[in-house]
Amino acid sequence: MKKLDLLITGVGGQGVILASDIIGEAALAAGYDVKKTDTLGMAQRGGSVVSHVRIAYQVWSPLIKEGEVDILVAFEKLEAARWGHYLRPGAVAIVNNHALPPLSVTLGNERYPSDEEITNILRQRTDRIYFVNGTSRVSELGNIRTLNIFMLGCASLFVPLKVHIWKDSISQRVSSSIRQINITAFDQGRKEIRNVHL
Amino acid sequence: MVKVIKLLSGNEALALGAYHAGVKVAAAYPGTPSTEILESIARFDDIYAEWSTNEKVAMEVALGAAYAGARSLVSMKHVGLNVASDPFMAASTTGVNAGMVVISADDPGIHSSQNEQDNRHYAKLAKVPMLEPSDSQEAYELMTYAFDISERFDTPVLVRTTTRISHSKSVVKVNRSRVEPVESTGFQHDVEKYVMLPAYARLRHPLLEARLVKLAAYAETFPLNQIQWGQRHLGVVTSGVAYQYAREIFPKASVLKLSMTYPLPENLLRHFAAQVDRIIVIEELTPFLQESIQAMGIKVTGKEFIPRVGELNPSIVEERSRAAGLLAETSPRQGVAIASKLPRRPPLLCPGCPHAGIFFVLSSIGQRSKSPKSKNKAPKEPKLIITGDIGCYTLATYPPLCAMDTTACMGAGIGQALGMEKAGISNKVVAVIGDSTFLHSGITPLVNAVYNEGRITVIILDNRTTAMTGHQDHPGTGISAQGKETKAVELEHLVRGIGVSDVKVIDAFNVRGLRAAVRSSLGSPELSVIIVHGACPVHVPRRSEPRAVDTEKCNQCGICLLTGCPAIRSENEQVYIDTALCVGDACTICQQICPRQAIGPQSKIEAKKSS
Repeated sequence: MKKLDLLITGVGGQGVILASDIIGEAALAAGYDVKKTDTLGMAQRGGSVVSHVRIAYQVWSPLIKEGEVDILVAFEKLEAARWGHYLRPGAVAIVNNHALPPLSVTLGNERYPSDEEITNILRQRTDRIYFVNGTSRVSELGNIRTLNIFMLGCASLFVPLKVHIWKDSISQRVSSSIRQINITAFDQGRKEIRNVHL
Repeated sequence: MVKVIKLLSGNEALALGAYHAGVKVAAAYPGTPSTEILESIARFDDIYAEWSTNEKVAMEVALGAAYAGARSLVSMKHVGLNVASDPFMAASTTGVNAGMVVISADDPGIHSSQNEQDNRHYAKLAKVPMLEPSDSQEAYELMTYAFDISERFDTPVLVRTTTRISHSKSVVKVNRSRVEPVESTGFQHDVEKYVMLPAYARLRHPLLEARLVKLAAYAETFPLNQIQWGQRHLGVVTSGVAYQYAREIFPKASVLKLSMTYPLPENLLRHFAAQVDRIIVIEELTPFLQESIQAMGIKVTGKEFIPRVGELNPSIVEERSRAAGLLAETSPRQGVAIASKLPRRPPLLCPGCPHAGIFFVLSSIGQRSKSPKSKNKAPKEPKLIITGDIGCYTLATYPPLCAMDTTACMGAGIGQALGMEKAGISNKVVAVIGDSTFLHSGITPLVNAVYNEGRITVIILDNRTTAMTGHQDHPGTGISAQGKETKAVELEHLVRGIGVSDVKVIDAFNVRGLRAAVRSSLGSPELSVIIVHGACPVHVPRRSEPRAVDTEKCNQCGICLLTGCPAIRSENEQVYIDTALCVGDACTICQQICPRQAIGPQSKIEAKKSS
């Protein structure tokens, strides 16, 4: 590949940063230059989180330019829409079909966008939108915290890195007690994306 | 010789570089985006690493170590250098002996700070050399240079990084191993160098000026100040992360990358200027480089089109450069509509946060927040003034708690509360401060309030950690940066020792107790301190049976929503509790405040439902 720019978005606590670390380490293991950077403000928990991962033979800026993201991986629906303007025309958007309403919505001060509104925002840039049922799939697996690795599994079908490189990077970053369930979540993610019809 | 290739953050790379440069003593106070520097250093057993009570103390510890012949490192966020500026200026005046490096991590864009100051000006103020890395590789390599420069010129060296450098990961080729520290020569008595009586300080000042001249000559040959020749019609002078944006947006231009940004290499700049048709400077925040280059009489532009405010990114550099005529026009990209109308997602106090109960109480006693049901009524003028400062608890400013009126800097709330009282505010003013922040800079203003007969209420939110920056230990926890058990400072003893007699210690999850303590303090004619104890749920995860809402009893009054707990949600006019987020028995604040006793343990509520 010449270059690949990925944007991983979600909510604090969903594992966005670990997921983007794993992508970066997998790309480094495959011999690419990599830069990744996170923007998470002052939240330990609960705020918007976005991670830029850039892979190429030589990467300059750690931040991706607006309108140049090749793959958006959103762990939450609103956080997919928020970054729609970063997509390049024809980019891939993988969206976990799950809503975590912000407190302002719970308090009735703001409105959570409808699925149609979210899709329309993304459609302004691309038709390649994959809604996946990540949260329910990993709940079935028995560990909701594997959502980030499930989403990596989904993304891996669009990233030209070998499966064993992905799995090695995952294994190096999760503790041995949860290694197997994370590998299963990764495989499930790969399977899931094959079953999504655009 | 490359030994290992790793993906490291700028902070990890600075730490590894310092380790390989033979650092022996490292000190810091946590502060985003600098925290991980000391956290990474503390993992090396052959370095003494400490969390100091504040940045001033950290600077003094590092300075003492350098005086005594050990290479030392002190790291902090940009505003930390304000706190440490007194010993920093002194360190420049006395010089060091062994190498001493001061890392300042600035925060353009104010991701997690109270201002956007540009600490490059500190190098000029203190007359010390400054180095700035542009990625993790350079962060790693700069540390060796920094210590060498420090010893060669007998000066502290300022290494200035920014959030985007500190928190970005990039590839580092590790090509060295640790230089074992030379056997310390110990402290050499020299009053003219180390005792800054006026008579001796006057002797030092000319030496500083002479040092600066020598440093400027050194800057001309500093190997990481590099010209990368490209086309000659445009020359870009840049440093730090802005260098990356410059290379991305102007791939064909000639670039002068400055890694030593004070003092500047004037001859190198003149040489570069003579070879290109036009020079621009791309730098974040103030025109620090631009004004210095202009002062040399070199014609240069930059801040005419590059913003002075906020963090740069490649899109901004591209758009502004295009508007300035430096890039060819392209067809404008179709914008994406409605993105700005989406609900924001600001950070929140966590489920089970020990700050939620006390702020709920302050908010209700002070009549500060309004029930979701009374949306249309005009808000009353709050009855309480609450002064605060920096920590997770600053998030209590946001709705629904709305329980903070001021945040200036670490420890500021106590002095401000006293000032308000002396200005004639008749109600008791409440100052809130975290445990780590109290130890950082709350003790002296409390002493001041005792001495000057203040009547304020000071609430110390003791969650036994420095939560906001990622749960670092502090003197109140009795655990060192390297995980060893040490002595713990008892807050109650400390406060009583200062001379406060009205001291109450309350459990953070006992709402009735909190309310009684606050009411009693507000009614008391004397200075009072309330210490609110409760462990941070992220630091000490304790999950037991989650709470649930009995929908038959619940009348949707919405009072539980006023705690701001992210586990309590409302859907189709029915409040419910997200059991995956609720910490259960460790908290129960919502259960305690529900006027209809409609909240209880999940098993009880469900048993009732099925029976």
